[in-house]
Amino acid sequence: MGTKIMNKTAKGPLIPYIFWILLFVIAPIALIVYYSVLDLNGNFTLTNYAKFFTPVYLKMTLSSFWYAFLITLFTLLFAYPTAYLLTKTKHKQLWLMLIIIPSWINLLLKTYAFIGIFGLYGPINAMIEVFGFNPKQILFTDFSFVFVSVYIFIPFMIIPIFNSLDKMNPSLIYAARDLGASSWTTFRRVIFPLTIDGVKSGIQVTFIPALSLFMITRLIAGNQVITLGTAIEQQFLVSQNWGMGSTIAVFLILFMVLTMLFTRQKSKGGRV
Amino acid sequence: MNNTIIRFENVTKSYDDGTVVLKNINFELERGKFYTLLGPSGCGKTTILRIIAGFTDASTGDVFFNGKRMNDVPANERQVNTVFQDYALFPHLNVFENVAFGLRIKKVKETEINDRVQEALKFVNLAGYGNREISEMSGGQRQRVAIARAIVNDPEVILLDEPLSALDLKLRTEMQYELRELQQRLGKTFIFVTHDQEEALAMSDEIFVLSNGEIKQSGTPVDIYDEPINRFVADFIGESNIVDGLMIEDYKVRFAGKEFECVDGGMKPNEKIDVVIRPEDLEITTPENGKLIVTVDTQLFRGVHYELSTYDQDGNEWLVHSLKKADVGAEIGLDFDPEAIHVMRLNETEADFDKRLEAYGDEDYE
Repeated sequence: MGTKIMNKTAKGPLIPYIFWILLFVIAPIALIVYYSVLDLNGNFTLTNYAKFFTPVYLKMTLSSFWYAFLITLFTLLFAYPTAYLLTKTKHKQLWLMLIIIPSWINLLLKTYAFIGIFGLYGPINAMIEVFGFNPKQILFTDFSFVFVSVYIFIPFMIIPIFNSLDKMNPSLIYAARDLGASSWTTFRRVIFPLTIDGVKSGIQVTFIPALSLFMITRLIAGNQVITLGTAIEQQFLVSQNWGMGSTIAVFLILFMVLTMLFTRQKSKGGRV
Repeated sequence: MNNTIIRFENVTKSYDDGTVVLKNINFELERGKFYTLLGPSGCGKTTILRIIAGFTDASTGDVFFNGKRMNDVPANERQVNTVFQDYALFPHLNVFENVAFGLRIKKVKETEINDRVQEALKFVNLAGYGNREISEMSGGQRQRVAIARAIVNDPEVILLDEPLSALDLKLRTEMQYELRELQQRLGKTFIFVTHDQEEALAMSDEIFVLSNGEIKQSGTPVDIYDEPINRFVADFIGESNIVDGLMIEDYKVRFAGKEFECVDGGMKPNEKIDVVIRPEDLEITTPENGKLIVTVDTQLFRGVHYELSTYDQDGNEWLVHSLKKADVGAEIGLDFDPEAIHVMRLNETEADFDKRLEAYGDEDYE
């Protein structure tokens, strides 16, 4: 009898969750898949999928991956040392807080702020002029796009890495030193392998959104950078071709699932 | 002649906020011996170990290793290996790779690594466990992996930072035997840190008793147990009865309202002193035959012996370890030999203590 009651209590709270998943996860994906097999007149077709494999879209896919890769790489290169230094500070939670706070500010506001900063009449160009050079076009370049994206994603990369570093037993570092490892070997052989899970989560929360960026792309890079994200926006809002937009979205979802599988954390027998 | 491996000269350690952890530490450690740094938590014993390992620097003073000053040598270039309190085994590596870690860093050849790791694992009775994950090992086994990881590098000195404190009592006793045996087989210098006096007495060649950043007394376990220098050491090493007394003259001491014959001397007449008598040196007898007459307050059965808490007329507590039972509330006599009385001068330095002991203490003893 006890197990019966257990089963009842175990299933009851799941109902709202299942309902939520159905309504907000399964249904939208099903709708996207449904739209992706419709042509402009609402008839069934697979031409959208065939079109995705033309050089135009393949190049777009490649460039999306390339930019997402660059953004993730620079975010990681900046976030890991920062997270490491944070764990060494006295008031680490406070410092972490200060890094997290900017991520609460609306994304659009931050992006607009960068338009002002990077603009022809912005402070950076003003500085360049002080040193006697001509103002430079910073906005609408690959550099500004990657820079702003990295800035946006840094807190999300720092948090998981900080947590895994903070969780690590500090005597492991002493043990490595004691056994003859230099600082660099200690990092390579002990610290990094033990925080790889944090790095993987950080890559997940950076790479996946970076793959589908479109607002920052539009505002900061203008027409310089065309990715799958901007292509979807174009198809839906400009070309009104919902079928093609949905097809790109389907592929984007596939890429995300693949990324998740790739960065999945191996669960080992037990934790020490 | 030069058998000294580690020497501390006037080593002090203090932190920026002004706390002093070590005050003027001096000692010499000889090759191939088992040393124990013993003291309550916060006494500075672990700091000494960390200074030897190179994890922290001495504020002033010099540390010599094989006659060479090694204050500025980084931890990874020192000829010492540490067994950590929490073992500090690498959770992402299996047992074999944990033990092989130091050898891999030294770029030892693969076949040699294999041989040496297998040998080290055999040494700690873990042959065949190489492929296990650390998470699959029990506390005692992890302890052994940690020891194997230290000895495989063939260091001159092995530092052990309270390595047994996380084990249960039975395993701890077992490991005491194993560690002592291991040290003798290897012939290496072991420096063992503990707050457990039984551990220290059981395993060491020499014990350093520390308190508040100072070495209070050093010597063999027997010396320290039988001739503690002061109230702190007597109290810390084993259970003891410590009462105030007066040294009437050489070999004559007064405490608990009576005069007793003893074997100590070399003090001023009528000097105030502390008297120590170990509970196992007190024997229960009839009140008429007893040198002290006491009333039994409580009695605990400890397995090997009874532990009696008794009080004399002056209100001094006398702890007695006896094979014989007594009745709670009864008046009994306590008998003891003159040798059982140990007299400690107040605030005597270790050097003066040794000198006095040489002059007087041994005459009646051996």
